[in-house]
Amino acid sequence: MFPYCADPSSLEGLTWLSCYLTTGKHISFYWSFLIVLSLLAVTAPLALLFGFWGARAARSSILPLRMLGKGYSAMVRGVPDIVFFLFFVIALDQGLEWLFHQARCPDWTEPVRQGLEFKVCPEAKIPPGSAPQIWHQLYGFGLAVFTFAIVFGAFAANVLYGAMNAVPKAQLETAESYGMTAPQVFRRILMPQMWVYALPGLSNLWMILIKATPLLFLLGVQDIVYWARELGGAKTGAFDYPHPDWRLFYFIGLLVFYLCMTRLSEIVLGRLTLRLTQGQATMAGEAQRRAGR
Amino acid sequence: MSCWQTIGDYAFRSLGFGERLLPRSDFTLCQQFTLIGSGLIWNLYFGILALAFGFFLANALAMAKASRSPLLRKPAEWFIFVFRGSPLFIQFFLAYEAFVLLPKAGIEIPLGITTITVATSWLTKAWAGALIVLFLNTAAYSAEIFYGALMSVPRGDIEAADAYGLTGWRRFRRVLWPTMLRLAWPAYTNEAIFLFHATTLVFFSGFPAFQQRGDALYYANYFADKTFNPFIPYPIVALYFVILTLLLTWGFSLVNRRLNRHLPSNTRSRIRLRPQLIR
Repeated sequence: MFPYCADPSSLEGLTWLSCYLTTGKHISFYWSFLIVLSLLAVTAPLALLFGFWGARAARSSILPLRMLGKGYSAMVRGVPDIVFFLFFVIALDQGLEWLFHQARCPDWTEPVRQGLEFKVCPEAKIPPGSAPQIWHQLYGFGLAVFTFAIVFGAFAANVLYGAMNAVPKAQLETAESYGMTAPQVFRRILMPQMWVYALPGLSNLWMILIKATPLLFLLGVQDIVYWARELGGAKTGAFDYPHPDWRLFYFIGLLVFYLCMTRLSEIVLGRLTLRLTQGQATMAGEAQRRAGR
Repeated sequence: MSCWQTIGDYAFRSLGFGERLLPRSDFTLCQQFTLIGSGLIWNLYFGILALAFGFFLANALAMAKASRSPLLRKPAEWFIFVFRGSPLFIQFFLAYEAFVLLPKAGIEIPLGITTITVATSWLTKAWAGALIVLFLNTAAYSAEIFYGALMSVPRGDIEAADAYGLTGWRRFRRVLWPTMLRLAWPAYTNEAIFLFHATTLVFFSGFPAFQQRGDALYYANYFADKTFNPFIPYPIVALYFVILTLLLTWGFSLVNRRLNRHLPSNTRSRIRLRPQLIR
């Protein structure tokens, strides 16, 4: 990185540290924080979307749709989430490859499951075997995002279902009596008001989502846990920057990162709650009105 | 090989009894059920012990957090924040690395006349190290629940205790604590359930499984890796955990009934399973 880093063995003290912390691998380590943040940025809205449609389905008047919605939100209760993470990644991968296999190689006669192997024709591999490394990584990341979104969507569906039911019935009936259609009632009356009821549950979910991100490591993505283990492990003299086992310090770094994220989220969500309670027919909203805010 | 024989061979495999070698090919449903069930012993061990010890620490922490003295309050607040604010996964890694760094020969404590050597190598084993982390973690989560409940003890109860001349420890023991526990119990039930779910993380984090003696998910993962078929082992784990969750809910609801026995039946608080994912 710096010009004086050319010969690491001659460095000492702070200059050694400044060179050590800017090696190529360390830059990858810093990028992997962005991977975690981008996972959060992509998953949160996606999970909210899944949850929203799950909750709408659970409230639907059509029985099969209702059962689907309720089943979806009941899915993750009672079973450790990590089981879902391990399960979905393989299941999705195999499911997609099987679909492609059916579409692209109709005259392939061998069975897909041969004893202990899962074998599809070469054209159905995702991504294709010849694709550059980056596509494999992106595919892995995509699978992880989708898995997170499915599992957290089920939780969000639960929260949003409760929030939709918490909006005072009288208001919906009033809207109907003014001649609004069902979609209009939903869009104009229910949607704007449900968020304040959903917020405590959703902010809880956000905190849990933050704390779930190290599981990316289990899904095979090169995230911060991967790099912390990789970089912290003892390095012998064969390496440019030999050092004893420093994994403890790297993990303390990760711990501080997560604690900062939690604290920051707490502050932001506190502000958001304040904003959303404005003018709502709840105790907090009433208290705000009295205080003249 | 009959299923009974498999059960005889593998039922206590996770503890190191019975057949040493894990099955390598021709996996039967019976083997999967038996081995995963055998791994469940570890989940039960971690869950029950961490919950039992954590309960006491959680009470102490909740008291400390509610205390007026900053000397007690601040450490408790920080403890709760650190353990609730960071992923359990990272806590496992961190604890393992910290325990590994302890000197292998043990720590010598000079006591003037003689020195005591404290062995430390057992801390790096999952049965002790992971248990300590789970214990501290559940203590922090439960402490927050208990603290919340303590803050919502009705004013009238405290005034009534004052009117009866109860003070200090007696007031706490007879009035505050039972009410706190009663209010906290539904949330505490959820905490217990999710603690059991969290025990599946142990062998996926820093702690290695000694001689392939792992928990339920460890064996499920073993089968899924070997067969490339996630559709059998993971649903088996799921089934076991659903049963465990139902049993826990039932057990805790018995305690809940006892805690609420003085109330008319229609005002008793019910236990509702609320989802909480990873810690």
